[in-house]
Amino acid sequence: MTDQTQSVDLSKMAEDKSREEKSAGDERVRKVPTWKRLLHRPEFGAISGALLVFVFFFITAGDSGMFASDGIINWTTVSAQLGLIAISACLLMIAGEFDLSIGSMIGFAGMMMTIPAVYWGWPIWGAILFAFAGAMLIGFLNGYIVVKTGLPSFIVSLAFLFMLRGLTIALSILFTNRTIVGGIDKYADGDWLAAVFGGVIGKSLFTWFANIGLISSYDDGTPVVEGIPMVIVWCVFLAVVASWVLLRTKYGNWIFATGGDDKAARNVGVPVDKVKISLFMFTAFTATVYAACQVFEFGSASADRGVLKEFEAIIAVVIGGALLTGGYGSVIGACFGALIFGVVQMGIFFTGIDSDWFRVFLGAMLLIAVLFNNYIRKKVTEARH
Amino acid sequence: MSEFIIELKKVSRYFGSVIAIKDIDMKVKLGEVHCLLGDNGAGKSTLIKTLAGVHAPSDGEYLFEGKPVVFESPVEALDSGIATVYQDLALVPLMSVTRNFFMGREITKGRGIFKRFDIETANQIAQKGMAEMGINVRDPSQAIGTMSGGERQCLAIARAIHFGAKVLILDEPTAALGVKQSANVLKVVAKAKARGLAVILITHNVHHAYPIADRFTLLNRGQSLGSFMKSEVSREDVLEMMAGGQELDELTAELEEFSRLDATA
Ligand SMILES: Nc1ncnc2c1ncn2[C@@H]1O[C@H](COP(=O)(O)OP(=O)(O)O)[C@@H](O)[C@H]1O
Ligand SMILES: [Mg+2]
Repeated sequence: MTDQTQSVDLSKMAEDKSREEKSAGDERVRKVPTWKRLLHRPEFGAISGALLVFVFFFITAGDSGMFASDGIINWTTVSAQLGLIAISACLLMIAGEFDLSIGSMIGFAGMMMTIPAVYWGWPIWGAILFAFAGAMLIGFLNGYIVVKTGLPSFIVSLAFLFMLRGLTIALSILFTNRTIVGGIDKYADGDWLAAVFGGVIGKSLFTWFANIGLISSYDDGTPVVEGIPMVIVWCVFLAVVASWVLLRTKYGNWIFATGGDDKAARNVGVPVDKVKISLFMFTAFTATVYAACQVFEFGSASADRGVLKEFEAIIAVVIGGALLTGGYGSVIGACFGALIFGVVQMGIFFTGIDSDWFRVFLGAMLLIAVLFNNYIRKKVTEARH
Repeated sequence: MSEFIIELKKVSRYFGSVIAIKDIDMKVKLGEVHCLLGDNGAGKSTLIKTLAGVHAPSDGEYLFEGKPVVFESPVEALDSGIATVYQDLALVPLMSVTRNFFMGREITKGRGIFKRFDIETANQIAQKGMAEMGINVRDPSQAIGTMSGGERQCLAIARAIHFGAKVLILDEPTAALGVKQSANVLKVVAKAKARGLAVILITHNVHHAYPIADRFTLLNRGQSLGSFMKSEVSREDVLEMMAGGQELDELTAELEEFSRLDATA
């Protein structure tokens, strides 16, 4: 089109447009069916995937004890452990970064609370607080290096993965001459803070359940399920809080903006660096909660705890609908991703299928999730020209 | 206070050995559309980034509301009322209309740990702000990636207006747009002007600039060829200055067509 016709068109088009607007009303609003809106929610894939997985194991493992009370607690616990770190990995991924050091941090944090308590005579609560402070300081450092250098967090946190794992082994040998440090349960009894991670809640409720025959009990009358493990409570609590923060607060909007386009976010005054650093600290925090729950469940810390957990967390987050490129995702989705993970892992155990198939399944799940997410992203950002 | 909200006096900006802009004088008035014209690489983007606090001037004086200022960051400029809609838009495609509209300036309700982003009110404000610019937003929770380029430009402008911008800087808002969408954006620019904002509009399309501008500043290879009121220059003058005496053959042909057009109009 030549320039002079363009300038003519311009005014004509403007007239057209204003006429159009006066009569516009609602004919441009196309009714989108509810199912289609649901399809476009980031957590849709994970929730429907979880349903499928349940149906599958209900059919194949329905009578194996997987859905008895102790079976349920079993896979819920496994899912909740992963859910804990998936929640923080999810927020971080939405903000456009990865933390590959989560798994190593689990091992490191476990040692940070166990060694002072067992070898140096610290009170348990002091050792736990020390571990949280230490882990979050390392998380801060991780995030600080990422935002100040502009290097990909993939590489920076990969470095931390190796350094922390190495330090965990080296320091535990240096201080204790071993890589599995036990005996913390002796000191944990009666400690108020240890109970927040190690215990169960709802003991009397479950005893009552056993008494009325709702759940089975051992010969001596104690119920097979004592109560709900604290790790489940932590996971649900953090999922609710993190989801609320993400969707309903100013800071949550900053997380989306940071991952969606950090330059745009910076230009309108979003404190991008602070958002990222705080989320690296949050992943360290959840890794420490994970570590504490394990330490007080088993009564020991081990230098190899948490190996590969960072990848499991990322898989759960991606299955949960988050985009690897940032800016999009859902905490609830990540939790359902973790649930799929836990249910399949334990379901394969209950059905007696060779556990190698678990990995095949995971890989396939991940691939399907990524393809699905990619499709949804295109739908969501489909530009109309 | 000075009659002009922004005044540049001999402002230069260097990048190492590169002289991006040199000795620029420029005055911007409220309620006026000030067009910044120039070929690619003339220094238009550098000039507005200097105005917007992205770059500090290497030399010269920057007066805002009559007082010399040094903006340390775009946020500082924004807080003073200088809002910029960059070529790359400063919007996040995956986020909703409302979330983009309030990005960095979220309104909240509740107190203490229950303080939260007031999405309901925000939705209403965003929808209303867009409607005032003549854009019907069907669903403020839709991702803006689904909107057309023109609608996104209008969103960025509506956002700036809502948050009390006094100066609105637009970097080639029509560059990637079709005719109809360009017309929409220019209409929104006219609305901003009618509300008393100063608008600095960058374009290298004279046909977009001329109908809406009150004042022109022409840049060529980093230097100002001067500022002109619309009454002082014709469309042909502007075109000629932009081309800087080059490519005269093409230009002559174009000019002939204009005179034909003006005669019939
Ligand atoms: N950050 C920078 N570093 C070095 N040179 C730059 C930078 N920004 C702009 N320039 C140079 O300054 C000149 C003017 O560029 P620009 O302001 O983008 O022009 P325009 O927007 O008019 O096309 C160009 O030669 C460009 O290469
Ligand atoms: Mg430019």
